[in-house]
Amino acid sequence: MEINLEEQFQEKIDQEIKIEPRDWMPEKYRKTLLRQISQHAHSEIVGMLPEGNWITRAPNLRRKVALLAKVQDEAGHGLYLYSAAETLGMSRDEMLAELHSGKAKYSSIFNYPTLTWADMGAIGWLVDGAAIMNQVPLCRTSYGPYARAMVRVCKEESFHQRQGYEIMLTLSKGTAEQKALAQDALNRWWWPSIMMFGPNDDKSPNSAQSMKWKIKRFSNDELRQKFVDVTVSQAEILGLTIPDKDLKWNEARGHYDFGTINWDEFNEVVAGNGPCNKQRLKARVDAWEKGTWVREAAIAFAEKRAKRNNNSTEAA
Amino acid sequence: MTERDVLSDYILHLADNSMILGQRCAEWCGHGPVLEQDIALTNIALDLIGEARSLYHYAADIKGGSATEDSEAFLRDVLQYRNCLLTEQPNTDWAYTIVRQFFYDTFHYHLHKQLSESSDARLKEIALKTIKESTYHLKWSSEWMIRLGDGTEVSKNKMQTAINDLWEYTGEFFIPSETETKALEMGIGADLSKIAPLWRSKVEEVMEEATLTIPASNYHQKGGKKGLHSEHLGYILAEMQYLQRAYPGAEW
Repeated sequence: MEINLEEQFQEKIDQEIKIEPRDWMPEKYRKTLLRQISQHAHSEIVGMLPEGNWITRAPNLRRKVALLAKVQDEAGHGLYLYSAAETLGMSRDEMLAELHSGKAKYSSIFNYPTLTWADMGAIGWLVDGAAIMNQVPLCRTSYGPYARAMVRVCKEESFHQRQGYEIMLTLSKGTAEQKALAQDALNRWWWPSIMMFGPNDDKSPNSAQSMKWKIKRFSNDELRQKFVDVTVSQAEILGLTIPDKDLKWNEARGHYDFGTINWDEFNEVVAGNGPCNKQRLKARVDAWEKGTWVREAAIAFAEKRAKRNNNSTEAA
Repeated sequence: MTERDVLSDYILHLADNSMILGQRCAEWCGHGPVLEQDIALTNIALDLIGEARSLYHYAADIKGGSATEDSEAFLRDVLQYRNCLLTEQPNTDWAYTIVRQFFYDTFHYHLHKQLSESSDARLKEIALKTIKESTYHLKWSSEWMIRLGDGTEVSKNKMQTAINDLWEYTGEFFIPSETETKALEMGIGADLSKIAPLWRSKVEEVMEEATLTIPASNYHQKGGKKGLHSEHLGYILAEMQYLQRAYPGAEW
């Protein structure tokens, strides 16, 4: 019987019918999605930290409000995504426990430090830009709740990317010092950004299954290439130089060629040895632990109130 | 002081209160006890900073010349800041944050109720918008006062400690500065003596439901309204103004 169910499931996928929480699904599909959506949710929440680092130091009130609203949007994305993941049978608290214990991963890009204001521009432009490349196809992913969450996320992400690019544009048209800040930020964020698409296709063993299930629709290398292709001209408009001496247009391929990614660095950061892995995780664990008494009190109060309401209903 | 100076100084006092408290609330972003409340407190920070922007913009228009909302916020030093001491007190923990917010929201709400009848049209307009936001803030912080006061033993103790520590900063709201007295005479400012009993009665009502105790002490710290602050403000401004000070005249 199992075989029939799997066949029916695959038929639905092939016909682009969304899978919904109550539908039968292979256990591995459920697990793959749960891992992917919860990682994505964690990335939004951990991703609040590097940018949150600059809220109190934003250079003017307009930028301060925009940054605050942006980081708040990321919290909102975390909420949608945790809710989508919960439909697969794990609670938000359980997912957070996995984040806090180090068992669950989040996007490695957030383990790099934000050293100057220009990093707020570079993150918006490159990191959000790369995220959009990854996420737009997810609006059509086969699992309904994830696809719907991603539609909302993508709308806001493209706004964030424009905002980041506009910061870079202002800096690159500013004083020599500001332009140097912009170039430095590009130098530091470029390679980590193109690593965001994950390992090369020949080193990405789960991709084929995810493609068959239409969780993924493009390979890591396809998306990375697309990102590089659109970003080069954006850097030219800024008058900034992408830190890759091998970057050049390949007429025959109709794409930009680019240099070899330092996968040793990527693997080290994934393994927990990036510049800020410990600080990011500690910040999340601290927030959670310092909030324990608040959450406990809220629960205790809700229980007291429910009891009082019950008593007064009974009395009446 | 000319009437123009009174108006400008009065507007800056209002703006500084919301700016500094907004900056404090913004420090929480990404570190809240639960995601929904992280978002809620960031909303409050956004409202407060938004209100401050409208007021700074107005103050800059009154001053004229090269003054902008940013020159008002980023290029005045501690002695020129006019915020009440309560708003600059550190976040410490969620209890201090909620208590500080509740004391301020109660004041802020009644203040803008009065300012919505100001003879100054622009101030009146800002007040009408602020009341809507402040109504929500006060509801949120009142609910948290009650929830944590009447939650667990631990939460009750933490709230009472925060109240005992922050109480001495609440009297300053109602001690009028020279500017506030003149602004009232001119018909543009609020009458603090009328707000004081309204503030007290709301605080009593919420604290009673929260099973928390109002401290007996009547001693109140003051000075913020004339630029004599606690040591905290220097650090807030050092952080907030750093880029404007390090790169004078740059556009961002």
